[in-house]
Amino acid sequence: MSNVLANLKYAASHEWMLLNADGSVTVGITDHAQEALGDLVFVELPEVGAHYAAEKEIAVVESVKAAADVYAPIAGTVTEVNQAAADAPESVNQDAYAAWLFKMTPDNVADLDKMLDAAAYQAVADAA
Amino acid sequence: MLKKTVLNAAHRAMNARMVDFGGWDMPVNYGSQIEEHNAVRNNCGMFDVSHMCPVDVVGADCRAFLSRLVANDVAKLKVSGKALYAAMLNDAGGVIDDLIIYFLTETRFRIVVNAGTAEKDLAWMQAKAAEWKLDVTITQRRDGANNLGIIAVQGPNARAKVWEVLPQAKAATEGLKAFFAAEVDQYFIASTGYTGEDGYEIMLPAGEAEAMWNKLNAAGVAPCGLGARDTLRLEAGMNLYGQDMDETVSPLDAGLAWTVSLNTDRDFVGKSALTAAGQQKQFLGLILLDKGVLRGHQKVMTAHGNGEITSGSFSPTLQQSIALARLPLGVQVGDEVEVDIRGKALKAKVTKPVFARNGKAVQ
Repeated sequence: MSNVLANLKYAASHEWMLLNADGSVTVGITDHAQEALGDLVFVELPEVGAHYAAEKEIAVVESVKAAADVYAPIAGTVTEVNQAAADAPESVNQDAYAAWLFKMTPDNVADLDKMLDAAAYQAVADAA
Repeated sequence: MLKKTVLNAAHRAMNARMVDFGGWDMPVNYGSQIEEHNAVRNNCGMFDVSHMCPVDVVGADCRAFLSRLVANDVAKLKVSGKALYAAMLNDAGGVIDDLIIYFLTETRFRIVVNAGTAEKDLAWMQAKAAEWKLDVTITQRRDGANNLGIIAVQGPNARAKVWEVLPQAKAATEGLKAFFAAEVDQYFIASTGYTGEDGYEIMLPAGEAEAMWNKLNAAGVAPCGLGARDTLRLEAGMNLYGQDMDETVSPLDAGLAWTVSLNTDRDFVGKSALTAAGQQKQFLGLILLDKGVLRGHQKVMTAHGNGEITSGSFSPTLQQSIALARLPLGVQVGDEVEVDIRGKALKAKVTKPVFARNGKAVQ
């Protein structure tokens, strides 16, 4: 059974978000997503400084089985990427909430309030 | 409503991740596809392939029928138990299916065909037998009464594990060279497989399949899903029907020329089309030199024109992405080519279409 953390926000497209004290948002894929994809072997990260509209393709994760797009859950500018996740894609399988993919500065931090909470995402994951 | 094999409950009991595989509810993995892959390369794993369809061909005209039905020549089957890999073609020379034919006696052969093509294969075979007015009875053994389950046990320790569970089969099967079968009581045990490793494919009465599966598991054989089966066959350079070839593709363009016997005056369905068209493409391997993962349908740019990847994934044995591809004539092993992955041209090296067998990388 996949794990959903209560302190995070979620997108229905299976990204998690953590609002940091400095106003940036850390983004990764959910435990449900990594479990559905299986063993990850490749992670393509966005460019630092690039701006993305909400729901635009921003990164790619590939397992032995399939490639999956990661979407920008909210509009914003990429400030940092987790090269360690790209160097060791299996780390996302091991702990999807520790192996974050990128951080972004949201255009509008209030956009986070429109995202799913843990209970709502759990329902999405259970239905998938 | 998805179809289920006789081992469906066993997969669920082992916490398999189940997926819709061409209308069948099948295990894609039981945890980690890569660990399952490595278990087969280094030790022993088992696959439920009961969705594949055994077809018994019985009657006085078996040889005459099969001789016309497939592109490989059943005249090569001289010893009882010998198996032959063959393509069944349509009149245009496209591949209706790839299959294995086992020669048992002059009046009894067994064919195993792919899951997704079984219905059309059977209809084709029945139509041809009637058209040619031959004395053969064609009976599928996957569904209904007298149906069979199929468990593939593969890996360097596969034979020993099978003998541990089925000691009565040891005498009849330990001398089997690759691509033979032996019948022991109710078990049909073949030294065939789809992984590039040694092992057996065991056909048995469907009602006994779950007990056999659990005994093999208790003996230390790792349950493996269709995910690992795909990366194992890809590393071994074995074609997958529907990806590497289909009804629109000539076997000569899909790396199957070695299974097409054109050198005798024997006629078979599709022969005149193959002879007229000749080889148009070559079927080769690719290893990605840049980071990323090769996948089916990606475009390959070469100095001789464009080609297409037919199957691609990540190779757990090579720790690199590999693919099988249909490339223009003129491309040579060792050439560097480019693959279009999401709009980026990434570098790849052309190889022979085989990457790993018998536990080791061969590239």
